[in-house]
Amino acid sequence: MSTPPLHIGAGDPSAPPAYRGGAFLACQQFMRNHAALAGFFILLLLGFAAVLAPWISPYDPTALKLSEKLLPPSFSHWMGTDYFGRDVMTRIVWGGRVSLSVAFLVVFYSLLVGVPIGLVSGFVGGRLDNALMRMMDAFLTFPPLLLAVAIVGLLGPDLENVVIALGIVQIPVFARIVRGSTLSAREEVYIVAARALGASAARVVFSGILRNIVSPIVVQITIVFAGAIIAEASLSFLGLGSQPPDPSWGRDLSEARRYMGDAPWLIIGPILACMLCVLSINFVGDGLRDSLDPRSWRAKTTGGSTPRVPEQVTP
Amino acid sequence: MIESAGMEPVLSVRNLHTRFHTEDGIVHAVGGVSFDLLPGKVLGIVGESGSGKSVTALSIMKLVVSPPGEVTADAITLEGEDILGIDEVRARRIRGSRIAMVFQDPMKSLNPVLTIGRQLTEALREHLGLSDRAARDRAIELLDRVGIPMARDRLGDYPHQFSGGMRQRVMIAIALSCNPSVLIADEATTALDVTIQAQIIDLVKRLTEDLGTAVIWISHDLGVVAGICDSVAVMYAGRIVESGPVRDLFHRPSHGYTLGLLGSTPRLDDDEERRLQPIDGLPPSLLDPVPLCPFLPRCRHAVGACREKPPAWRDVADVHGTRCWADLTPYWRATNG
Repeated sequence: MSTPPLHIGAGDPSAPPAYRGGAFLACQQFMRNHAALAGFFILLLLGFAAVLAPWISPYDPTALKLSEKLLPPSFSHWMGTDYFGRDVMTRIVWGGRVSLSVAFLVVFYSLLVGVPIGLVSGFVGGRLDNALMRMMDAFLTFPPLLLAVAIVGLLGPDLENVVIALGIVQIPVFARIVRGSTLSAREEVYIVAARALGASAARVVFSGILRNIVSPIVVQITIVFAGAIIAEASLSFLGLGSQPPDPSWGRDLSEARRYMGDAPWLIIGPILACMLCVLSINFVGDGLRDSLDPRSWRAKTTGGSTPRVPEQVTP
Repeated sequence: MIESAGMEPVLSVRNLHTRFHTEDGIVHAVGGVSFDLLPGKVLGIVGESGSGKSVTALSIMKLVVSPPGEVTADAITLEGEDILGIDEVRARRIRGSRIAMVFQDPMKSLNPVLTIGRQLTEALREHLGLSDRAARDRAIELLDRVGIPMARDRLGDYPHQFSGGMRQRVMIAIALSCNPSVLIADEATTALDVTIQAQIIDLVKRLTEDLGTAVIWISHDLGVVAGICDSVAVMYAGRIVESGPVRDLFHRPSHGYTLGLLGSTPRLDDDEERRLQPIDGLPPSLLDPVPLCPFLPRCRHAVGACREKPPAWRDVADVHGTRCWADLTPYWRATNG
């Protein structure tokens, strides 16, 4: 995707389209979706806040200061303080650190294991496919949160174990989606055509299949990411995730429950953070799904100099 | 079968069998196909759907998925080299560089998420080991040759930005990019409308003549075959039932099926009175091998011998043979070319 070729007009007033890379066109398409763009910036803000928490938060998230307990929102404490006198805003920012990194790791590990399983299963087929998929089915027979609770119960309540549990729960989800998409992509004529031109199995899998099933994978990533945030909050709410005094949206919510009558502001913060995060991710996911498909880049990018053709002309 | 007359064939197939093991039994998709393809010549393979044309092509390309497929033959040689028993690694090196294929549906045979340039240069880099820049230059030259205007600007375009005819031109450019000695066109113009069809046929003819590529043109359209091929093999139920030089075969059809095919095809020089004669019935199931002529139940010209023994290969004329007992000379066209 280097040097855009210079075209010296052949008497054509509408300048021909400059040569643009796929990444550029995908970004362009993404930016047309305003909800996705807004979601992206909110996520970016949350992400920055989480990463920079130690430097930007004015208070210590864990230090107790009982003289300032249960203060309502004010200029010095934007979201008030909790029962132990800790700043709620600070704890939400630090809680985001936990939630986002757990969600990120869950997606990372389940992707790392699930996608290869799905690809191999779908591409090789036969007995291997059967064996792998029955294994995945076994995982899917449990309600996901229950399985996670069971795994954490087995390993002990701890954030690392939450990552392991949620990761294991999500592996079959990725495996199944990738396998299904691989099965249908594998039968496409262009796969046979690529093989007829001497493409290797690796090339068929990577540029033939994987590149064509990026959309469902990306959508699934956003679903799993959002799900992991909720699941981490749920586990922490139940006391299985992050342990006191560490901040966490789920656990703070469960503590705030006790003071709902006296200090309702305690409950709004974590809920709002969770909601905003999940909603943004879903918007971004929608935007990504649309913008990763080259067929959505049409016309607008080529300025109408490419005649638009009907999708199908086969009788 | 089509024998080579003096010249060394570029592709030679002997007694090719392709079976598929299915739950219902063994399907004999191709049952003993033999032919020779001479350098620079165009061989047409005609027959109705399910007659084994495409499977023959895929078997030669070693693209039949096994299991359930199973390919056996006495010999398949490409440029004198045996390619029957080669492993996948060597088969891959031959595919695309020495024997290439163009498929029926240009709407589906290009990868929708890769640019045309990428798809064109992949084979060049893989087989010829060209650098990125050299492959790009060659790709532009190829697009230019197949008649795509502003080739340089279109390298970065995606398949959906091309029309059906344009995509088939791109497919042809990709197939011919490494200068293969054999090009297999499997119903390459069937999905296109008639004017585009004529252009594509013209293009293939011109390019392969320039490059000296031998072509196997698979089609069910006798008109197209008559226009492009040097010789024709008619397939029925997985077997070649008649083969010969194109003019000879069209003027002196010597198999009941060939005659039926010709009778059901409209011609420009027909009498206005002539009605098209469809072939009654359906092709036989390929599950159980038929002991007699597989066309017998549908044949209008069957003779006594047809019901007694399977038809043997017999020569009608020079390099024109048939697998039919009936004497069809009364049906030959008076205007003999």
